[in-house]
Amino acid sequence: MGAVPPVDEVGVTERAAALKGRSIKGEAKLDALLLAVRMMDLTTLQGDDTPGKVRQLAAKGARPDPADPDVPSVAALCVYPNMVRHAVQALSGSSVQVASVATYFPSGQVPLEQKVVEVNGVVEAGADEVDMVINRGAFLSGQYQTVCDEIVAIKSAAGRAHLKVILETGELGGLDNVRRASMLAMASGADFIKTSTGKISEAATMPVTLVMLEAIRDYYDSTGTIIGMKPAGGIRTAKEAIAYLVMVNETLGQRWLTPDLFRFGVSSLLNDVLMQIRYMKTGLYQSQDYFSKD
Amino acid sequence: MEPSPNQNPGLNWQYIASRQGTDIVSIADRYDLWIDGHKSAPASGDYLSTVNPATEEPLAEVAFGGQADIDRAVAAAKHAFPSWSSLAGSERAKYLFRIARLIQERSRELAVLESLDGGKPIKESRDVDLNLVAAHFFYHAGWADKLEYAFAGLDPKPIGVAAQIIPWNFPLLMLAWKVAPALATGNTVVVKPAESTPLTALVFAEITAEAGLPPGVLNVVTGDGTTGAALAAHSDVDKVAFTGSTEVGKEIQRAVAGSKRLTLELGGKGAHIVFDDAAIDQAVEGVVNGIFFNQGHVCCAGSRLLVQESIEDTFMSKLVRRINTLRVGDPLDKNTDVGAINSAAQLAKITELVEATQAEGVEMHQSQCQLPQGGYFFKPTVFRGVAQSSRLAQEEVFGPVLSAMTFRTPSEAVEKANNTPYGLSAGIWTNKGSRILWMADRIRSGVVWANTFNKFDPASPFGGYGESGFGREGGRHGLLAYLESGAR
Repeated sequence: MGAVPPVDEVGVTERAAALKGRSIKGEAKLDALLLAVRMMDLTTLQGDDTPGKVRQLAAKGARPDPADPDVPSVAALCVYPNMVRHAVQALSGSSVQVASVATYFPSGQVPLEQKVVEVNGVVEAGADEVDMVINRGAFLSGQYQTVCDEIVAIKSAAGRAHLKVILETGELGGLDNVRRASMLAMASGADFIKTSTGKISEAATMPVTLVMLEAIRDYYDSTGTIIGMKPAGGIRTAKEAIAYLVMVNETLGQRWLTPDLFRFGVSSLLNDVLMQIRYMKTGLYQSQDYFSKD
Repeated sequence: MEPSPNQNPGLNWQYIASRQGTDIVSIADRYDLWIDGHKSAPASGDYLSTVNPATEEPLAEVAFGGQADIDRAVAAAKHAFPSWSSLAGSERAKYLFRIARLIQERSRELAVLESLDGGKPIKESRDVDLNLVAAHFFYHAGWADKLEYAFAGLDPKPIGVAAQIIPWNFPLLMLAWKVAPALATGNTVVVKPAESTPLTALVFAEITAEAGLPPGVLNVVTGDGTTGAALAAHSDVDKVAFTGSTEVGKEIQRAVAGSKRLTLELGGKGAHIVFDDAAIDQAVEGVVNGIFFNQGHVCCAGSRLLVQESIEDTFMSKLVRRINTLRVGDPLDKNTDVGAINSAAQLAKITELVEATQAEGVEMHQSQCQLPQGGYFFKPTVFRGVAQSSRLAQEEVFGPVLSAMTFRTPSEAVEKANNTPYGLSAGIWTNKGSRILWMADRIRSGVVWANTFNKFDPASPFGGYGESGFGREGGRHGLLAYLESGAR
């Protein structure tokens, strides 16, 4: 891997804060909220997930606000491997993709062969997208080639399914490593790079996401290849989601303002965005009781 | 970035204007001088107009102070001096704390007024200027009763009447830099705001009255350059503090030579030095902030960029792309990054120097932004491959114009950075700590920032070398400018 420029954490944090300070109002705000819905990977990754729970969430994702035909479907439903076939069934006929976490999410601490078997399974079950985790143990011990080889193998196993590579930035020990891991994942075949599993306390933050967006920009500049971005975990309010979109807009530009290239990995953001959309249209805040809890 | 033709182009997302309301400010048709705790009409009956540079519309008429008015203001300050200077430091501190709190209470109003009168983006007047103004009063309030400890055994005493001449780029903040230490140390002051930005100083005068500051301790005489010159030359003025152009600074120095204490904070031609191991995206941000903050109307602006030759192409392409995302326009739009040029005269000066540089055939990159109709605006501009001998590399532009050059070795970077009559600021961008220290030892400037730029704190002394002036403002050092020579 060639030299990766260092990252200055203080500078990144200041820039992220400045972008967060943008004041998005009126039409621009409504545009952003509707786009945010289209970009959501609605996620349930719990030990107690059941087919029933997945069907509930699938219905919500396909039609988030039945009272308002302007509100689009979300991008995808993100589930554990066991739930993939239930999700596929529940979403047939809709535009919502099925994403499966894989490679023994969230830790990934099994031999590569088992990860490959798991990925083969979720693709066979009908997953359109695969969210894998990188081998952080190998990365932190300096075995970058191992990390790369695993991503290449998983990419091959995923076949036509889109591959999102989770860096689990909260375990990488700083932004220099976030940038290095981003470049490594992109060079190894990631379609998307993703911040987090959501299973450790430090999930997506604006500074971490900014560093990854800058890495995507550098990768595009040097290779012409367009890579997508998915911050996941910790984004719970419409206001935060808009700040992320501002950051994408002012770092990568309009080309990335599409669900093809940007996703939010979320479990609780959707209702806040729906509430804001309702507010933008009616001027009134509705009680949370008017929005389904799924 | 250019979208590929057969792909989803993404949402064409346009932020709409998010305008700060102006109802919070009431601007009078006419403002008088502030002398001895009262509004006071100018003896001549003459008034000047102050203009909103974003619209070119007059905002208000402001008194044109002449010799007779200066005489009255200085007399008031002189009369107030004995009682103010003999007040216990802890008592003076109470006034400063009160002023600081009142500024905080009225900070949005003052920020809007500052943006209306001076053209700076509301984002900056609100988040930078006003926060620092309050911070300077709080900080100096803390010093007022500790001077005996700060200068132990030296019997620190105030000087007397201070004439304080304020520039137009940070009208209220530069006033705070001068007034807060002067009052904390027991001096009385006559403030002369800049001709194009007098309004916040006049509201400030009302705030001091609300804080109960005794009459005569702070006086404000508005007017033009002749007013400032007459004030500085007044025989009862004991100390002159000036921030502004090097040209006027030299005139003042000649006029007061040997007769008064003097501090000058003048121009600059600060250099950013970007090494090939720098955190490049953050260095780009720092360079953008260093030159486009406040439209480049900053004495410590990083108006020269020295980038190591091995990363020149990468750095410049990132920089040029970045200036296209700067939002230029209405200073009151909360999303504006670059506001209006302060005056028609300053716009003409910037335009002349940019045209002269274009005529030299230097590669120019300008933001593709649309400028508003009317008002004084200038596109963020970067010149690449500027020769060290070019006027642009030598003269202070005081506008949103960056001259980019290259260097090969650290020694060459030091030589080029120091190759200016000025010496106010510098920014070093490198991942290597030892190189930061090596460079900082060799660069001749009052402040050297490392991997950041434009960081201000009342506790940190600020000032220059050479034609950037002398004396320090802020910190313990800044107090010395307002104390008798025993403490120096």
